[in-house]
Amino acid sequence: MSFLDYVFSATFFQSAGITLALTVVSMVLGIVGGLLLGLVKTSSVAPARWLANGYIWLFRGTPVLLQLIFVFNVLPGWGLRFSPFTCAVIALSMNEAAYMAEIIRAGLLSVDRGQRTAAHMLGLSERQILRWVVLPQAARVILPPTGNQFIGMLKTSALASVVAVQDLLLSAQRIAAANFDYVNTLVAAAIHYLVLTTLFTLAVNAVERRLDVTRRASARRKGPLTPPVMPATTGGN
Amino acid sequence: MTMTTSPTLLRADGITRSYHGAAVVKDVTLGIREGESVVILGPSGAGKSTMLRCLAGLEPVQTGEISFRGTRFAAAGEQPKPLRGEIGMVFQQFNLFPHMTALENVTLAPRRVRGIPAAQAEAEARDLLVKVGLAEKVDHYPFELSGGQQQRVAIARALAMRPAVMLFDEPTSALDPEFTREVLEVMRALAAEGMTIVVVTHEMGFARRSADRVVFMDAGQIIEEGPTEETFDRPRHARTQHFLAQILAH
Repeated sequence: MSFLDYVFSATFFQSAGITLALTVVSMVLGIVGGLLLGLVKTSSVAPARWLANGYIWLFRGTPVLLQLIFVFNVLPGWGLRFSPFTCAVIALSMNEAAYMAEIIRAGLLSVDRGQRTAAHMLGLSERQILRWVVLPQAARVILPPTGNQFIGMLKTSALASVVAVQDLLLSAQRIAAANFDYVNTLVAAAIHYLVLTTLFTLAVNAVERRLDVTRRASARRKGPLTPPVMPATTGGN
Repeated sequence: MTMTTSPTLLRADGITRSYHGAAVVKDVTLGIREGESVVILGPSGAGKSTMLRCLAGLEPVQTGEISFRGTRFAAAGEQPKPLRGEIGMVFQQFNLFPHMTALENVTLAPRRVRGIPAAQAEAEARDLLVKVGLAEKVDHYPFELSGGQQQRVAIARALAMRPAVMLFDEPTSALDPEFTREVLEVMRALAAEGMTIVVVTHEMGFARRSADRVVFMDAGQIIEEGPTEETFDRPRHARTQHFLAQILAH
């Protein structure tokens, strides 16, 4: 069998689907957790900040593989029984939240203070300011590193194979263990990973273009536009 | 038109604002009456902008209190209560929302804070943008506008909440000279139609022509205040005389 036979086999497509699902679910939950932690870290309530910092310290300071095995092996002893897939999602998303917190915090801090002041004077509530003024601007800063995290997660998700999640890596290993065709099975898995990371990169680029006001402006009027020196900020930084 | 009889809209009573123990505004008392246009003058570092930010409820005060239409909204030792757009403010750096068009900048607060339907908010916003001379620019993003145009959008944005008073914090200081006039024109028109305005500025021409009253500040305190002409022509205090002589010399 050539590696192409493996690439197009049903087994590889199924396990690529599991890898993809694991990545997307963990990443979405990681972003939500990171947003909460990032907001807490930029809040004025000191004990809340300490708690968030403690969380980040713990989850960034220990191997994600250790966290994964901990969730898989220790939680059942505490009466918390989950499928291998759920265990992997819990470990990967809790770990990801720690990294996303720093990325989101940097994004929130990148928005000029004057923006909040202006919105506050217009009578917007703190939540409305976040929703309509701060987050849309922070997104431009948050998105590129989040794209990196997404791609990183796609590869980190291979760790889930150690707790028997039928992802790409585990499928490749299982087939190879039966027929010793390591080269072709691993190359086939690598190709699936590469296709997924490429698709992710394209998707992130597309979202970045959507957030670019200079493109939105020229699209709206469909006229030629001289590129501005400083897009997306109105001075005062 | 000095309106000594109209009711006080905004009033600061003995307010002090200090940073790390150093008072930037010291025991200032100032009342703004309805329909009045007041210009606050004084050298850099006199505490003019900080005082204006206190009036806006943007700064906590260490002594005194501030009231709007007789209701206290800021007092010593507490965070100012947020108002709902009754006090409009225009900033030196415009602070337009860069990810929104001029129209979206103007409609955001009426829609989200007042719950005005989109179509109505847009119609009102268009009227305001026409009023500030930007009928052609409603769909432009801030980066596509000159400084003067951005500041006029910022004025329209504040007006959209139908504020009772407009505060201007050095609205032309960040502008190239050729754009200063168009912004001052809009402010002058506002004052002429009876809007209550309080302006911190270094534009002496504007102060002389458009202010009913000038307030002169130095070192965090109000040194002198009075009707515009009188204060300009016959300043009583030595520091006011010195400041006016210096700034009018060139």
